[in-house]
Parts: sequence; structure tokens; C-alpha cells
Amino acid sequence: MTEDQDSIRKASRRSGGRSGTVRRPRRPPAFIAIPATIGLALFALPVLGLLGRAPWRRLATLLGSDLALEALRLSAISSVSAAVISLLLGVPVAWTLCRYDFPGRSLLRGLVLLPMVLPPVVGGAALLFALGRRGLVGSPLYEATGLVLPFSTGGVILAGVFVAMPLMVLTVEGGLRSLDHRFERAAETLGAGRWTVLRRVTIPMIAPSVVAGTALTWARALGEFGATLTFAGNLEGRTQTLPLAVFVALESDRDAALALSLVMVIVSLAVLVALRDHWWRSR
Amino acid sequence: MTRRLIAGSIAILLVASCGGAGAPDTDRVELLVAAAASLTDAFGDIETAFEDAHPGVDVVLNLGGSSLLREQILANAPVDAFAPADVAIMEEVRAAGLVRGSARVFARNTMAIAVPAGNPGGVTGLDDLARPELLVGLCAETVPCGRFTHQVLRRAGVTAQPDTEEPNVRALLTKVEHGELDTGIVYATDVREAGGAVAIAIPEEHNVTTDYPIAIMSGTSHPETAAAFIAFVLSDEGRALLNRHGFHLP
Repeated sequence: MTEDQDSIRKASRRSGGRSGTVRRPRRPPAFIAIPATIGLALFALPVLGLLGRAPWRRLATLLGSDLALEALRLSAISSVSAAVISLLLGVPVAWTLCRYDFPGRSLLRGLVLLPMVLPPVVGGAALLFALGRRGLVGSPLYEATGLVLPFSTGGVILAGVFVAMPLMVLTVEGGLRSLDHRFERAAETLGAGRWTVLRRVTIPMIAPSVVAGTALTWARALGEFGATLTFAGNLEGRTQTLPLAVFVALESDRDAALALSLVMVIVSLAVLVALRDHWWRSR
Repeated sequence: MTRRLIAGSIAILLVASCGGAGAPDTDRVELLVAAAASLTDAFGDIETAFEDAHPGVDVVLNLGGSSLLREQILANAPVDAFAPADVAIMEEVRAAGLVRGSARVFARNTMAIAVPAGNPGGVTGLDDLARPELLVGLCAETVPCGRFTHQVLRRAGVTAQPDTEEPNVRALLTKVEHGELDTGIVYATDVREAGGAVAIAIPEEHNVTTDYPIAIMSGTSHPETAAAFIAFVLSDEGRALLNRHGFHLP
């Protein structure tokens, strides 16, 4: 974002928000404020509970342990990979679902969003049945190449893509839908080719939702647990990501588990807060 | 101001009524029993038989890795009776002052090597767990099954090359059953239950015998019912059910 655009946005906010709406009041009435407070407390209390129990003094030692460092490394690699793959595959999926009319589109959209509502464990089992060594696709793949996805870092990434990519599709599709077609038409009438329209008009206009989608996808992949454990298993250095390390450590070294949890809360919260503007704008 | 108060009370009433809607029927006792994952099938039968004998009681089984259950109990989960796969786990709960009365050992188990039907990895004994080309699964050392597994491997002098360390024995067994893993060490009783898995015996000199204790938890609100359940587990009928699932009896 350029400084110009930024200052324009700030100015528009000062003058009472975007698209000419009236200034937002500072406080909701009680009948909204009370349930809203209870609702917000529901989100805030667990975080406070975690912060209250966190072993602040030993934090550096705990996060410097082999288990923690390996899990951090693996989580960084697998969540970034999952986000990149989701970007490469999810944007075309969103594009297809939004811009083309074909039979079974609603069904496909439902299918794409399924991993968001499915228990991740079910997703992991489904992945195992499809891509496991004895799976539908996994079995011929294994016979032909000897490649085994479960119990590998590749399996962790795949599980991450499976559960997180719907967020990319949803966000980018939202961006595409709210995009005013007339801008693209105008560019075409001015003689721009298909590629130029895409590069100079469409992509810049949906860029905020793509950024938001990538960040959300990354955050979701970082937090992925159930599908990973079911599909990829749990082995330090190969498949044991942060959430799995937390799960294992909760039963043996609670302070280590809390320290790792804290890292996840802080990182995820930072991403989501930084993202807020993009997320709202894509709506 | 009055309007705010009214709206506020409505909101509170709404929340309160939501809480009340799920309140349990007072005549029916719900007995929450936390039990080791390896007891899944045996306790399923025991639950049915006990409920038949006590129509007013609804036994709710919380099955999982014993260490996870221990953490839930240490965090004051409302558990009435606890049956972990390891006396050491019960001891930790007792040391935290959460056991009412004393624990009784009601079943014993041993470990076995599980392989998928057809034994695609050609596994014949513990030594095969060190073969790097096989997909080997073990229980995580944080759960009893994992601790016993490491005792067995130590006794046999085998350094296993695991590809995954599963958080409970049933998760491990399922992956062996489906052929996703070539082998894993589980409880002998588990392989009996599993449809697609075959057991390979571990020589007695390397194997371990494990004890399952059961006790009433001090946080119970139904101590008599919990005591009746434990008495049933220790009764001839309970022992017969455990035995049918391959457990040894103390």
C-alpha cells in the first residue's frame, strides 16, 4: 500500500468511515452490550487463563529445548508451504467457482468448504483412505513410485492444505464477487487485452483478499492438529508440529506445553490483528 | 436507565435459561467413568451389563490415553471412577488427593507385536522394529502403552526406528489394521479385538505384565453408584467379560 492510499484511507476514516456512512457511535446500547460482553469474555478468558499460567521466567529455556525448536522449525516450514500451495491452487478454484457457470457448481462449492466444518480428525481419516499407502490414490502411487505420504513432512503439509485452503477460496471468492465488473469491461473497451486486464485491473483489485486469504490460510495451517495427527502421525523432527508438541507435552511437561501455546497465541493473534483491515475490506 | 435495566435482565434471563435447559433429570444417575483406551471394548460390554442390572444408572465412558485422562482428572474433571492402564498413573492421582478410598487392580495385560493381515513387512519379532525400511508405529512414551513398549524394547536390546509415536494405543492399532503401518507394539488384548490386525507374540523374557487399577474419585457426587460399578467390575460377571476380551485376571 502506498503512502497516498494510506493517508486517503485515514482521512476517510476520520470523516466518518467509508462510503459516506455516518460516524459510528462509541458505545452500543445495553441490550447489545451485555450479550456482546459475555460473548467477548468467552474468547478472552481462555487467553487470559493461558497468560496467567504461562511460565514467563523459564520461557527462554523452555523454547530453547530441542523439542520446541524442532516443532517451531517444522511448523514454520509446513505452514508456509501449505499457505503457498493454497495460494497456487486456491485462487484458481475461487476464480472457477465465481466466474464460471457450470452444472454442479453449488455441490463443488460445498465440497471445497467441507473441510471447514468437518472435524479435522475425520478429514485426516479421509486423507488416509484416499492417499494412505492402502488408499484409493495412495496405493497405486506407492506401487508406482514408492512414495508414502503419511508419516512424512509432505503429509503434514497436505493435511494443512486440506483444512486451510477453504479459507483462501472463501476469501478470494468474496473479493472477486464484490469486484465491480465494469472496471474490467472499461479496461477492455479501452483496448486492454485479457492478460493486461488481469494484471492491471483484476489482480490489483482482489489483492487485499488474496493477502487476507493467504494470511488466514497460513494461520489455520499453523494451528492444524487433528488431520495432521491422524494422517501424518507424530514424530519429533518429521511430523511433530507445534500443536502436536503441545498435545504431547501437556501430558508430560506442562510448562513446555504452555510456552509453546503462548508462541502460537501471540503469532496467530499478531497475524489476525494485522489482517483486520484486509479482511474487512474484502467483505 | 430503566430501559437499560430491563434489557439487561432479559439478556441475563436468556443466558440463565440456556444454562437450565440442559440440567440432568434428577432421578437418573449419570456415572462418568474415565478408562484407558485399551479397555474400550471390555468396558463397553461392562457398561451394557451394569446398566441392565441398574436401570436408573447411565454409565458414560470417557475412553482415552491414560495420561490424558489423568490430566483431565488433575484439572478437576467431574469423573466418578477412573481405570487407567498403569498403576503409576493412579498413584499420581492418589498423591494429588483425588482418590476416594483405595484402588483395586482388576485386570492384567501383556504387550504384543501387531501387524496388518498378510504381514506385508514380513515381521517375525522385536528385531524387525529396528528395520528402517518398515513403517513402524509406537505409542508415545507419555502414555502407559508407550512406557511399557520401551521397557519391552530395552529388555530385548532393540532400538526401534519409529515413524510415528501415537498418543493412544487405539490410534496406533487402527493405523496398523489399515496397513498404513507395517508393525507396532500394542496390548495383547487390542490385537484380539482388531479386525484387520494379527498378533505376533513377544517372548516372555522380554514381555511385561501390566496392571489395571480402578478407584472412586474424591470429586464424585455418586459415591455409592461408583462403588457399585467397581464392585461389578470385580465381580464374577465383570471378570468373565474382561476375560472374554483377553485380559488376565489378578
